[in-house]
Amino acid sequence: MNESLRSTSSSKDFFAVFRRSLKTATWLGWKIESNWTDPFLFAVYSIIKPLAGAAIIVVMYSVIAQGNYNTPYFAYLYFGNAFYQYVSSVMTGVSWAIVDDREHYKTLKYMYVAPIQIPAYLLGRGVARILIGTVSVVITILAGILFLHVPFQIANVNWLLFIVTLVLGIIVLVMMGLILAGVTLMLARHSDFVGDAVSSAMFLFTGAIFPLTSLPVFLRPIGYALPITYWLELIRRSLIGTVVDAFPTFSAFTNLQLLGILVAFTVVLGVISNSIFKSCEHRAKEQGLIDRVTNY
Amino acid sequence: MLNLPKIEKRSSGAQLFMQTIIGRASPRLIGLYREKSWLIFDVLFPMLSVIGYVLIYQAIGAPADYIGFVVVGGAMTAFWMNILWSMSSQLYWEKETGNLPLYISSPAPMMGILLGMALGGMVATLIRAAAVVILGSLLFHVTYTIQNGLMLAVVFILSMIALYGLGMMTASAFLLFGREAWHIANLAQEPVFLVSGFYFPLKFLPFWVSAAASLIPLTLGLDAMRQLVFTSGATLGFLNVNLEAIILAVLSVGFIVGAKLLLGYTERLAIREGRITENRR
Repeated sequence: MNESLRSTSSSKDFFAVFRRSLKTATWLGWKIESNWTDPFLFAVYSIIKPLAGAAIIVVMYSVIAQGNYNTPYFAYLYFGNAFYQYVSSVMTGVSWAIVDDREHYKTLKYMYVAPIQIPAYLLGRGVARILIGTVSVVITILAGILFLHVPFQIANVNWLLFIVTLVLGIIVLVMMGLILAGVTLMLARHSDFVGDAVSSAMFLFTGAIFPLTSLPVFLRPIGYALPITYWLELIRRSLIGTVVDAFPTFSAFTNLQLLGILVAFTVVLGVISNSIFKSCEHRAKEQGLIDRVTNY
Repeated sequence: MLNLPKIEKRSSGAQLFMQTIIGRASPRLIGLYREKSWLIFDVLFPMLSVIGYVLIYQAIGAPADYIGFVVVGGAMTAFWMNILWSMSSQLYWEKETGNLPLYISSPAPMMGILLGMALGGMVATLIRAAAVVILGSLLFHVTYTIQNGLMLAVVFILSMIALYGLGMMTASAFLLFGREAWHIANLAQEPVFLVSGFYFPLKFLPFWVSAAASLIPLTLGLDAMRQLVFTSGATLGFLNVNLEAIILAVLSVGFIVGAKLLLGYTERLAIREGRITENRR
């Protein structure tokens, strides 16, 4: 076989294995997430948790604002908090697969000897979380519109911007999850906290629940260095554009400029996340960490 | 034949019970010194949630006491998390890792093991919660006006007894669950933070929601403590502090008796059905 044919064949193989790994891992991830109980209880579980999280903030706001939800800040807070559910759900979902397979099911070593691509497998495990996260976000937003009259006009939604931003954001979160999965591979202790810890930390710095200008000046650069900050700003602009005008953090930037920044982050993360994961994986293999069970 | 050293002293009765408590509590306390990373994961990260909620209150111009409510509530979440993940789920984890049959086949009484878990977890968590209160108070300049120190101590101790009694009881219940245990513990976070008023005064929830949530000891414990340490606490209280203390005392007795009964039932059921070592992933 000549060189060019061999190359085509090998890239076909690569995509075939990638697709197969992704598809099977998606199915497996969904089963793990959902089949521990009957569908009704699973639906209740998937609805109650995000709604309770949103309701804490709603009650806090309501206590002080005496039930006046028709303010720009409430819309800012509500939408930011609702969409932030994707961050913990997707990012943690991808990295959690390492903890689950290594410590709980003790199958990670078998995954490594199987003819699959581990990054594709991890991404597939994250897809179930994306679905669950989407349901949570939709329910939270619907509850806000129906019961709290959050200022939202469907006719004013910039759908193109929303869909492009949402897709880019999910890709960014998956890539960040892959980096965390690599870090998780090398950790013996607290590995189950890594995703939650990172998403909790970013909750403060990404303008999810208050504008970045509320942070002390020396902390604001952290927010500007995180792609999720731009993602949330664009999501708000696409859904509740007029409300965002009340918050001047990014008023100097057009939608296109913010989208450009988000695309740049996506490309950079796409390049470095796989390299970081491979590097961590190499180290984990060298140190015999792939099948380490700590029971920590 | 294997030559094992002769057992020279056999403990039984109250002495064995006490030794079991100390034996099970000690790893949780020793772990505090050997594994310092808890300072980051159990103090710094809970502080991030506290900071987030405080900044929301600050953004909407809430009175200063509300910042204190969040700091105290945020610290008390450490106890609830400890109950969920290190009490309720503990026997389930022990089953998963293979320790449970060893516990049951040893002469150590299971109630002693549960009490040891509770005592060790309580002390370790108290240190974590205190760290969150100190850090949060310094960071946000929270001022406390302790009106009745003795009552505050009584309410706190009753809350802890009732809470860890609940943890001992649910530890047995969780043992009966299979894969559901992890999800149930996971589900009992945000909804409980909401109905128990961890970040706002309980009074602002509908009465019957608060009344039902009072079955969780931290609900009334937190409400009573806020009434006793903040200037505006009394006006924002759900019930009278004395009544809350009485309810907490009743809950304490009820949960500990419940733990004993449920543990006996679980052991009998497990032996009858042969599920004590069953490991369903």
